[in-house]
Amino acid sequence: MKTFIAKRLLLGILVLFGVILITFTLTRVIPSDPAAQWVGPRATAEQIKAARIELGLDKPLYIQFGKYLQNLLRGNLGYSLKSHQPVLNELKTYIPATMELVLLSTIGAIFIGLPLGVMSAKRKDEWVDHICRFFSVGAVSLPTFWIGIFLQLVFYRWLGILPMGDQLSMNIKLMYNIPKITGFLTLDSLITGNFIVFKDALTHLILPGITIALYPIGLVARMTRSALLEILNEDYIRAARSYGLPERMVLWSYALKNSLGPTVTVVTLSIGYTLVNTFLVESIFSWPGIGNYVATAVISLDYPAIMGVTIFSACAYVILNLIADIIIALDPRVRI
Amino acid sequence: MDNYFEIKDLKVGFKTFEGIKKVLDLEFLSICKGETFGLVGESGSGKSVLALTILGLLPIPPGIIESGQILYGGEDLLKKREEEMRKIRGKKISMIFQDPMSTLNPVFTVGEQIIRVIRNNEGINRKQAEKKALEMIELVKLPDAKNILIKYPHELSGGQRQRIIIAIALSCGAEFLIADEPTRNLDVTIQAGILKLIAELKKELKVTVLFIANNLGLVSAVCNRVGILHEGRIVETGTVKEVIKDPKHPYTVTLLKAIPANREEKIDLSRILLRRENGQETGGCRYFDRCPERSGQCSKSSPSLTPVDGSHLVACFKAFERSGINEQTAS
Repeated sequence: MKTFIAKRLLLGILVLFGVILITFTLTRVIPSDPAAQWVGPRATAEQIKAARIELGLDKPLYIQFGKYLQNLLRGNLGYSLKSHQPVLNELKTYIPATMELVLLSTIGAIFIGLPLGVMSAKRKDEWVDHICRFFSVGAVSLPTFWIGIFLQLVFYRWLGILPMGDQLSMNIKLMYNIPKITGFLTLDSLITGNFIVFKDALTHLILPGITIALYPIGLVARMTRSALLEILNEDYIRAARSYGLPERMVLWSYALKNSLGPTVTVVTLSIGYTLVNTFLVESIFSWPGIGNYVATAVISLDYPAIMGVTIFSACAYVILNLIADIIIALDPRVRI
Repeated sequence: MDNYFEIKDLKVGFKTFEGIKKVLDLEFLSICKGETFGLVGESGSGKSVLALTILGLLPIPPGIIESGQILYGGEDLLKKREEEMRKIRGKKISMIFQDPMSTLNPVFTVGEQIIRVIRNNEGINRKQAEKKALEMIELVKLPDAKNILIKYPHELSGGQRQRIIIAIALSCGAEFLIADEPTRNLDVTIQAGILKLIAELKKELKVTVLFIANNLGLVSAVCNRVGILHEGRIVETGTVKEVIKDPKHPYTVTLLKAIPANREEKIDLSRILLRRENGQETGGCRYFDRCPERSGQCSKSSPSLTPVDGSHLVACFKAFERSGINEQTAS
């Protein structure tokens, strides 16, 4: 087990290196002038030249890359070309808001998607199954931006019961100062006992939460259903029934544990997908998260910021896959 | 004959796109308490379907139970609700399945699987259940029981697994055991061990066994009485001696001829290999197409199971003629 994890970790580091190499080269190859960005629109030619030397852009690409890696190992992701702030600090401010969404969608996938799939498999070809399948196919195939805009139209414009975007209402933002403990606004306000902020944060979380969670919920429901249906035809399920075990135990324990492999893989992969999906959702709901941050960075070709976000999502993918592999290795048959 | 276990007019079918395909059409089957009853038939004759129907585990749909009674201790199992059947399964009637490789759940330890069944059926605490599980493993003569409990199924051999399965099946005091080809996927030496074990446990725990097999030789070695199943119908039944020594039905005769008695003898398998076309329902005897003794009457009506000699029952017009019995026709 230890060598297995070590091997996977090593592989993950290789993947990360590849990702860094590719994004680094790509952002440098794109025709743009980072030095001009750095000094601003009204700079003179001399100022730009000085900035180029200051940023090390006059050196060959491989030296720049080496320098970047060196800084990276020290935890320095460089400075944003636009705000002149360390990228790491900016990521730290934006990541919690994003994680709040990602976590919510994962919880949704596990606590709504999984039971939905089990129900669907148990009542195969009955109306419960049909509804579940209709829902999950819809959730997977409707584009995220469409769902987001549609929800805004219904709940903000027509019904007027939920806010259109952002994490908090303007007046609440001005009135209260919530200290950062976990970085998750809903949790922080709950910990500090500020229920007005909590309620406001929660109402703001509903629409982007649903928008982002629908895809993983649908995917997990569908995957669980098909994996479970396959397992339910196995001999040992029939045998378990013949020993007089209650259907509840046969379904939720005997069958589910066997079908968890594909479900776990899908859950972890969908977390990665959700992370990318937040780029869209956060733009729609002007959610102050990393997606919104990278969207502006891409438009202004702020390459240290782009690199920072890329490395963050690549790390997330690698870690998630590692976790998935470890969970799957809990199955005694794959244990190494 | 006591009525410990009886099946009457059981008709089971499967829904297919072409309509209902009849799988079982059992006129009559009775098993006495304490005996081992062998049910022999080729693949697809409905042996396993019968086993699942008795336990109420036949998937419905696609399965349909059209009519009939399965009487166990005077009560009709087909009329029981799922809740009542669950209390019978494992506790009263238990089953050993064909393939020991796929009958144990691969992601739970053997001990966990036995303990769960014991706890669920007897409502005792974990410690007591563990003790009972150890006893059961010792009962099926597996050495080093404690160590076996923490093993996963894939760490055990086929023979060991089949012993575990027998231990689980008998762990909650079942008195009627359905053994569905329990030695099918095991090699011959292991087979002998498992058969011996079943015979010993049967004596020790006083269980009645319905032994399903596709091997007449095997059945004659372990059973008291035997029924020959052909395409869902029992065509001949009686004590092992009666059926093996004096087979009345042409199908039984063909089956017996297929067992090589000595090396020089050439076996004619052509008749065994003949298949009825498309399984059409002609209304006549189901063996008609393959029967060497068929006559015009056999294609029109189906003979019903009739005693020819004491407990020896057979369903064949020709056999009736030979035994001087008035022809009987099943409805």
